[in-house]
Amino acid sequence: MSEADRRSYTVRLELVDEPGELLGALEPIADNGGNLLSIFHERGNLTPRGHIPVEVDLEATQAQFDVIVDSLRGAGVNVIQAGAERYSEELTVVLVGHLVETDLSDTLRRFHDCGGVSVADLSLSAPAGTEGPSSARLRVVASEGQSDDALATIRSVAEEKDLRVIEPLTEGSQ
Amino acid sequence: MKLAVMGAGAVGSSVVELAGEYGHEVVAVADSSTAAVDDGGLDAEDVLARKRSRDVVGNHDPADALEADYDALVETTPTTLGDAEPGFSHVARALERDRHVVLANKGPVAERYDEVRSLEADSKGTVLFEAAVGGAIPILSTIDDLNGQVTAARGVLNGTANFILTRMAAEGLGYEHVLAEAQDLGVAEADPTFDVEGTDAALKCVILANVLYDDTYTLEDAEVEGIADLPGSALELAAEDGRTIRLIGEVADGEVRVGPRLVPENGTLAVSGTLNIVQLETNHAGRLNISGRGAGGPETASAVLADIGRLPPVE
Repeated sequence: MSEADRRSYTVRLELVDEPGELLGALEPIADNGGNLLSIFHERGNLTPRGHIPVEVDLEATQAQFDVIVDSLRGAGVNVIQAGAERYSEELTVVLVGHLVETDLSDTLRRFHDCGGVSVADLSLSAPAGTEGPSSARLRVVASEGQSDDALATIRSVAEEKDLRVIEPLTEGSQ
Repeated sequence: MKLAVMGAGAVGSSVVELAGEYGHEVVAVADSSTAAVDDGGLDAEDVLARKRSRDVVGNHDPADALEADYDALVETTPTTLGDAEPGFSHVARALERDRHVVLANKGPVAERYDEVRSLEADSKGTVLFEAAVGGAIPILSTIDDLNGQVTAARGVLNGTANFILTRMAAEGLGYEHVLAEAQDLGVAEADPTFDVEGTDAALKCVILANVLYDDTYTLEDAEVEGIADLPGSALELAAEDGRTIRLIGEVADGEVRVGPRLVPENGTLAVSGTLNIVQLETNHAGRLNISGRGAGGPETASAVLADIGRLPPVE
C-alpha cells in the first residue's frame, strides 16, 4: 500500500483525567504507522460521563486506521467516534491582541464549540510576555461549507475580546 | 486643450510642468490662497518658481482661476471627507460652465458621486478621474474598456501602508520604527492617519464600487480597518506559514471592504514597497492584474494627462 492511500481521519476519544492518559492514548497511533496531525484536548469540558473529550486528527491508510482504532479500544480507551476526515476546508487566521489576558483557552474552546470546526494548529508569539499584545496563528479546519460560519464565529469572539483578526484573502490569492 | 489646474501640490505642479509635453496649455493655476491666470497661456516654469520661492502661484484670487477661459478643469486639491470641499464646488462650477473636469482629488467622486454624475448629466462637460484610483495605473480606463464585464476588484491601493508592511516583514522591525523611517523618506506624511487607518484605500475602493455598480457608495458604506500598531509578531507568524500581511481593498458582491489580510508571501498581490496592484475579475477574460506606482507627482499627473487625452472636444 503506497503513501498515496493515506488519508486524514478524525478520532474522538474520552479520557479519564489522570496523568499519562493522553500519552497512553496516542501511543497506538504512532505504533501502528499513523501520522498525528493535531490534538484538541478539551480540558475543563467534560463529557456526560465526566470524562475529558479529546479530538485527534491523524493520517493513515485505511488498514492502519482500522488497526489503530482496534488497538485504542484494546487499550481501554473509549473511542466515541472514528472516521474519515470530517474536515474538508481549511483556513488560517492571525489573531492579535491581549490573547493571554483574554483567556486563550476559552477563545479556542469557543471556536471549537461552534460545530463542524476544529483548531488544527496554533502558534503563539508573545514577545512582550503575557502582559503585552501577542499574536497567534491558527489553522482552522471545517466541514464542507462551514468555513464562513467558522470565520463568523472567530470574528464575533474576537470582537467581544477586543482582538484583531487578520483574515485570509481567499479569493484571488493564488 | 486649455487647462485650469486647481491645487499646486505635487500632482498639480507636475500637471503644470508636463502639460506642454502632451500638447496642452495651462491658462490658470490656483493654490489655496493665490492664482495665476493668463488666457494666452502661462509659463509653467515661472509659476512653479514662484510657488517654490514664495509659496504663491500668482497675483490673482483663487476664484479667478475657476472663471478663466479653460476647456478642462484639473482638480488636484487635497481630498476631504463629507462635503468634499472645496473640490466639489470647483467641479460643480466647471460643469455649470459646460467645461470638462479631470480629478486627482478622490473626495467628490467618493463622497458625492451621485451629485457629480447628475451635474455632469446637465452639462456638456465630461468628468474623468483615473488619477484618483491607483495613481499611474490605468484602472478606471481598463474597467471602462471592458464594457461592464468586470465583476469584482481587489488589491493593494495604498503605497504607504504597503511600504510599512513590506519593511516590517523584511527587517523584523516594529511598526513605530518603520513608520518613522517612512516619514524620513517622505513615503509617509507627518500625519499618516489617512494611509495607515485604511481611509485612503477605502476611498479608492468606494470609487471603484461607484464605477462597477453605477451606484452611490460613500466611505460610510465601507468596512475599514487599518494597519496602525500591528505587531511585528503577526508578520513573523504569517511568514512561518509562507504568508504575509497586506492592506487589501476589496469590491465584490456589492460590498466594500479594506483591512489587513493574509496573502501568500510570493503571491501576485504581495507587491513590495510603495507599489500598488489591482486585480480585476471579469466575466469572459478571467483575471487581470495591473500593477505600478500608485502615488507621486509625475506618476499621478500622467494619469490626469491621459484622461485629458480621452476627453471629447469642447462643444
